[in-house]
Amino acid sequence: MAAPLLQVRGVSKHFGGFTALSEVSLEVVEGERFGLIGPNGSGKTTLINCVSGALRNEGGSIVFRGEEISRLAAYQRTRRGIARSFQIPRPFHSMSVLENLVVPLEYVVHLNDADAHAEALRILKTIGLADKAATLSNRLSQVELRKLELARAMAARPRLLISDEAMAGLAGNEVDEVLEILFKLNETGITIIMIEHIMQAVMRFSQRVICLDAGKIICEGTPASIVKDAEVQRAYLGA
Amino acid sequence: MRRDWPFWAGAAATVALAAAVGLSGANEYFFYASFVVLQFVVLATAWNILGGYAGYVNFGTAAFFGIGAYTAVVLFKAAGAPLAVQILAAAAISGLLGFGTGLLTLRLRGIFFSIATVAVIFIMETAMVNWRYVGGATGVQLLRPPVMEPFESYTRMLFVVMAILAVIAVSIARYIEVSWIGRGLRAIRDSEEAAECFGVPTLQLKLFACTVSGALMGAAGAAMPMYMSFIEPPSSFSLTYSVSALAMPMIGGTSHWLGPVIGAILLGSVQQIVTVTISNEINVLVVGVLLVVFVVAAPDGILGLLKRLKWLLRSSR
Repeated sequence: MAAPLLQVRGVSKHFGGFTALSEVSLEVVEGERFGLIGPNGSGKTTLINCVSGALRNEGGSIVFRGEEISRLAAYQRTRRGIARSFQIPRPFHSMSVLENLVVPLEYVVHLNDADAHAEALRILKTIGLADKAATLSNRLSQVELRKLELARAMAARPRLLISDEAMAGLAGNEVDEVLEILFKLNETGITIIMIEHIMQAVMRFSQRVICLDAGKIICEGTPASIVKDAEVQRAYLGA
Repeated sequence: MRRDWPFWAGAAATVALAAAVGLSGANEYFFYASFVVLQFVVLATAWNILGGYAGYVNFGTAAFFGIGAYTAVVLFKAAGAPLAVQILAAAAISGLLGFGTGLLTLRLRGIFFSIATVAVIFIMETAMVNWRYVGGATGVQLLRPPVMEPFESYTRMLFVVMAILAVIAVSIARYIEVSWIGRGLRAIRDSEEAAECFGVPTLQLKLFACTVSGALMGAAGAAMPMYMSFIEPPSSFSLTYSVSALAMPMIGGTSHWLGPVIGAILLGSVQQIVTVTISNEINVLVVGVLLVVFVVAAPDGILGLLKRLKWLLRSSR
């Protein structure tokens, strides 16, 4: 078995009296395609916010590549190899598509201006956005925004990419396009955690799936076993 | 590769022109008024580094400006320090104040940060009101030292000094804007959470911007006591500085280093004309009216308006 890349141990998070996460533990191994599912409000985004550093976990520990990262700022975690996309795309709207990628290339990979621009263009070509390089990011379509989110995450040269509902609101062929990109990224050795409501996409993509409900893990297993689980069917699949 | 020479040629030409005008036989009032306009170029440019690039609206300009002015007074009274030393020390002290203010307030966002910066003005003003050495509430009269050769008057010399400071401030702002620092600050303005998640050390960058911004505001304030030959807390820490420093980049455009320069020259000149032709009290009204007009009609300022016009002309062809 491959070495664990990410270990989440007993992580909790409260918002006032609301328990968003209750002692959640999971492990993701190097190179894995990992799915995270659950109904709205189950704690999926809170969990990845805790992993990426957007939120601080209250209890437990988060270990990435053997290092405890719970107390690190988000930018330090990104520099250690954790990148994420956002559920609602958050491009740097005053910048061109190309410049959006230059930011992580300068701040995470530490490339100089010329190299960062060249590398950004190369990434845009691989993701199919090269013709939009000079376009302001607030003029992109929904699928282009989703691709930009992934391209920007790629620019940070992550070991672990957390894709937060990268296919939300997309049409069938657009879902396939984004899925294709994620498969390609995984083939390059990037471990991927996919949070998604489109079950066909999760089933096709993930090697292992965890289902969260009310801040707790209710089931873990292969995609095939997850859909048959009575608890998952009750809480999420509406059976 | 970006061509830098037009900017540096323009900067050198500005300094040369200011020196030539300073040595010419122009009317003394011209220097008196132009000094204020140039001072606003420095203040607006300094404000824009944090407020325009990073989107953190600082209402505390008057605090940094006032502390710069009082630093100069203390050095002048205590050691008869020359103007250059006063300006450098004022920049250092105001930069430190900027760093300290940033450390305490930059974890706040939006309106909470802005309110916190207003508080800095009142704290600093109260401190100066209660410090007898610098004249306390009544202020202190200052005797200007002899003017340096080849200038005819101290005001002319201050005009040239302020022109040099304006060029330095704009050069620093431009460097920040086009470098990785500026890109990081813009990322913070667009989405602070996304910026942090894509490797931008947001707090450090904001602290840097606050420090540089404060230092430039302090440098602008350092020349003020000698310009007025007098200093007192209410005028040194006047909220008018805060409002003008914010309004000028908004009117000129906050996304480019040229915006605050255009805004300061336009608004500063209008204020001077209004002062002479109507009344000094109408100044604030002029700032307020222009600010409202631009926020409603041209939220991206004059530069944004020009960009839109250019785009319209191109698309109509």
